[in-house]
Amino acid sequence: MKFIKQTGLVLFLLGLLIFIGTIFTGSFSLTQNELDTYISEKGYKSELIKEELSKAIVASENLNIFQFSSKVRSAFETSNNHYDALIAKYDAEKNWDKKGAQFQYKIYGKPHSLSFELAKKAGKGFAPENTGLAWFLTFGLGILGALLFIIPDVVLLGKPGIKNDGIFLNAATNRGWIGWFAFIFLVTFYILLYFMPDLIVNWVYLVDPISKSISGNPASQWFLYGFLYCVVMTVMAVRMYIKYRHNKYQILRTTSVLFFQIVFAFLIPEILVRFEKPWYDFKNAFPLDYDFFFKWNLDELLSSGGFGLFILVWGVVLTIVVVPVMVYFFGKRWYCSWVCGCGGLAETLGDPYRQNSSKTLLSWRAERIIIHSVLVFVLVMTGFALYTFFSGADQVLGIKTQTIQDIYGFLIGAVFAGVIGTGFYPIFGNRVWCRFGCPLAAYLGFIQRFKSRFRITTNGGQCISCGNCSTYCEQGIDVRAYAQKGENIVRSSCVGCGICSAVCPRGVLKLENGPEEGRINPTDVLLGNDVDLMELVNQK
Amino acid sequence: MEHIVIIGNGISGVTAARHIRKLSDKKITIISAETEFFFSRTALMYVYMGHMKFEHTQPYENWFWEKNNINLKKGLVSSINSEEKNVVFSDNTSLSYDKLIIATGSKPNKFGWPGQDLDGVMGMYHKQDLENLEKYAPDNKTCKRAVIVGGGLIGIELAEMLRSRKIPVTFLVREASFWNGVLPAQESELINKHIKEHHIDLRLSTNLKEIKADENGRVKSVIIEETGEEIACNVVGLTAGVTPNIDFIKNSGIELGRGVKVNRFLETNTKDVYAIGDCAEQHEAIGQRRNIEAVWYTGRMMGETLAQTICGNKTEYKPGHWFNSAKFLDIEYQTYGWVFSERGKKENEAYFQWQHPKDNKCITISFDKNTNQFLGINTFGIRMRHEIFDKWLSENETIQHVLEHLSDANFDPEFYKLHEAEIVAKFNKENNATIQLKKKSWKRIFSKS
Repeated sequence: MKFIKQTGLVLFLLGLLIFIGTIFTGSFSLTQNELDTYISEKGYKSELIKEELSKAIVASENLNIFQFSSKVRSAFETSNNHYDALIAKYDAEKNWDKKGAQFQYKIYGKPHSLSFELAKKAGKGFAPENTGLAWFLTFGLGILGALLFIIPDVVLLGKPGIKNDGIFLNAATNRGWIGWFAFIFLVTFYILLYFMPDLIVNWVYLVDPISKSISGNPASQWFLYGFLYCVVMTVMAVRMYIKYRHNKYQILRTTSVLFFQIVFAFLIPEILVRFEKPWYDFKNAFPLDYDFFFKWNLDELLSSGGFGLFILVWGVVLTIVVVPVMVYFFGKRWYCSWVCGCGGLAETLGDPYRQNSSKTLLSWRAERIIIHSVLVFVLVMTGFALYTFFSGADQVLGIKTQTIQDIYGFLIGAVFAGVIGTGFYPIFGNRVWCRFGCPLAAYLGFIQRFKSRFRITTNGGQCISCGNCSTYCEQGIDVRAYAQKGENIVRSSCVGCGICSAVCPRGVLKLENGPEEGRINPTDVLLGNDVDLMELVNQK
Repeated sequence: MEHIVIIGNGISGVTAARHIRKLSDKKITIISAETEFFFSRTALMYVYMGHMKFEHTQPYENWFWEKNNINLKKGLVSSINSEEKNVVFSDNTSLSYDKLIIATGSKPNKFGWPGQDLDGVMGMYHKQDLENLEKYAPDNKTCKRAVIVGGGLIGIELAEMLRSRKIPVTFLVREASFWNGVLPAQESELINKHIKEHHIDLRLSTNLKEIKADENGRVKSVIIEETGEEIACNVVGLTAGVTPNIDFIKNSGIELGRGVKVNRFLETNTKDVYAIGDCAEQHEAIGQRRNIEAVWYTGRMMGETLAQTICGNKTEYKPGHWFNSAKFLDIEYQTYGWVFSERGKKENEAYFQWQHPKDNKCITISFDKNTNQFLGINTFGIRMRHEIFDKWLSENETIQHVLEHLSDANFDPEFYKLHEAEIVAKFNKENNATIQLKKKSWKRIFSKS
């Protein structure tokens, strides 16, 4: 068994190494014809860009992706600089007509994204030419190795039951050197994915055939991410199934998030694209889906006929009816740990890191300030977006709607949700995004806290304050503080993962949807001590 | 301002301090020689097993004490001078008090075995025991085998701890079956089997004769009394129960038995001196309880009660219905009311028992043969709701009532398999009864008695 596990680890690391190595393979160049097609498709009017790109990526061959990216970006820069200089010149001359004419030559868009589009057409070598083999050596070995590493636990973990042995003695799960490496890897991955997708274009080649078979289109970096997300969740779900095989709640919950990720977040949107419908994830509720009310999205939905309208209505109903009603009956857990994709990744990939979330009072204070600020930010931004949509103006009170959207997209959508939210798992625990950043979690939390049947019930006087519950709470709730007082736990941040109940060695905690009355039950004297209750009441 | 000095920062002492602070602004000082800050003793095992770090066992952050104006003093009390109202420390400094609470807990029993003080012999009670274990049994190369002597809750926890680091364990239990002085045979056998499934070398009806040393004064082996067999080992865990930790009080004039003698108000024979927790001994037993109860929950309750008395609301210690819980490796155990083992069972008591055919689940309900009154329940592998059983015990319900409403009592996580129907069916069959299981009702669960 140990041998299988070690073999698995070696295969996984080999797959990971080849995966990383793949970035550095291949060469990138376009023929003049291909470049011309690209430029006419994009409708660039600048003569300069054609010239610069020809020089950069047609004439010079055998560029690696880094050289390619840098040449393309500097071609764009050269072209834009040229026209900026002209604009400045005509501006100084007060030659308004000529100045205005220059703007059509400027190229808009993020340099790395433009470079990605070109690189996607320009690649030759290992990944694009032997996609099947390359896929096997990266994804294939990774999946196989991970499974070989995980599956022997059926035997090695011993009898079913909570087995957290050695978690704080292990460099991977105890913020040790492996944890820090995982942290660096994940953060780097997200930075590349969000901000320099052209550098990982070789990875995107690996999933091209899969993308074509589902949506009919070649893969983008987002397809790569979606596919990787599903693969990681599936493999780590196997780990969950084994670790919590005695616990039906955990098994059902894991199956549920896996289903919603693969079917709702991955397959349905891609299949919609195949039928020329808008890409849409039906479970992704606003305000987590923060661009739902952006002008471009509303325009797209309204121009997609009846189906677009259906999505529009569903999106609104999901947010203002389905979400609160479900939270009333089941707590926010129905979403955060049964449906949500972010929650799904946190509960599968993130499960080994859950004990690293900080439980200090300080972090709780920070959490409340940050998450509610994000909620306010997203609501203000949505107000701007809707105003823009209905009025046609592009600014409110002198602030450009687009600027607000860009700030949010960069700070929250990319940096917080991606780089920090997932990259920080190994160090700050697995729910960094859900706990500190998610505006939907804040919204659900309000309902859970003030109007819901959900609570974690504590069992009379049975708590021995051991602290397992608090240690393994991914949301940083000091569960023990309530349990040792015999108080039910009603907190905005609880996502109902059920692990506190699972790890409790005395069976003190139970997630429950009961009557609303008596849900919050501060107790003076714990059960077990016989006091005259009437006397206690009369004293008050 | 009145100065309350508490010796011991375990659950009893700290609960007393917290509740005194809730009720008053008296000056409070907690003395401990073990650790600077309060930690949960019950969680020590999880630190060795790597489930937690030591800091996780501390229910309060370190700033809590200063913020709540509770002084912490690290020091070993060597004697109490009740006439001058001060305590003297081992470094001969002293601290005066207006009221003194002794909450010094327990220490592991040693029965005069030869070799019981060798290096590598330890109990599993104090933080220092944990440090010792890390020193003598960090892994299965340093510690090739450990022998545990004494078949109680701490013994099985220590076995579980050592097994988590793959250290071979021999477990010497005096009784013919694990904990059968407390558990009915059905449960005791279930645990025997479970211990063996965890590859623990369980030796029943086996006593320790002596512990042998190597040339460096470290444990080398133990000798079994019955067979004379020598078992080579590097660590010996002594877990044959605990006794009150009160040696330092011996010449203070405070009345002692096995523990510090207290009345129902937790007062000792000496004015302004109180004792709570494991070290307190009741003059007369309360109900069917023992005079000394080394149980976590009772320590907590005594702390709550004494805080009332000290803050002017003189309150008798009146523990309610007995309850307890434990975890035997992977099997959770809860008990409400009284279920005695076959040995301790009284004339009028009978069992109704159910056991799952495959899983490690079983229950024993004890009831009065003549009146059918429900007396208590042991559950293994099924969680039950404390409030409900507390209510049923207070209302002297019958076993029929309990079984009929068993669904109200289930506390297992959602989607778990329920066994109430099988349990009731078995009772009906055995007793020729026709009890119908009722559906769970929130109304009943929350109706106050």
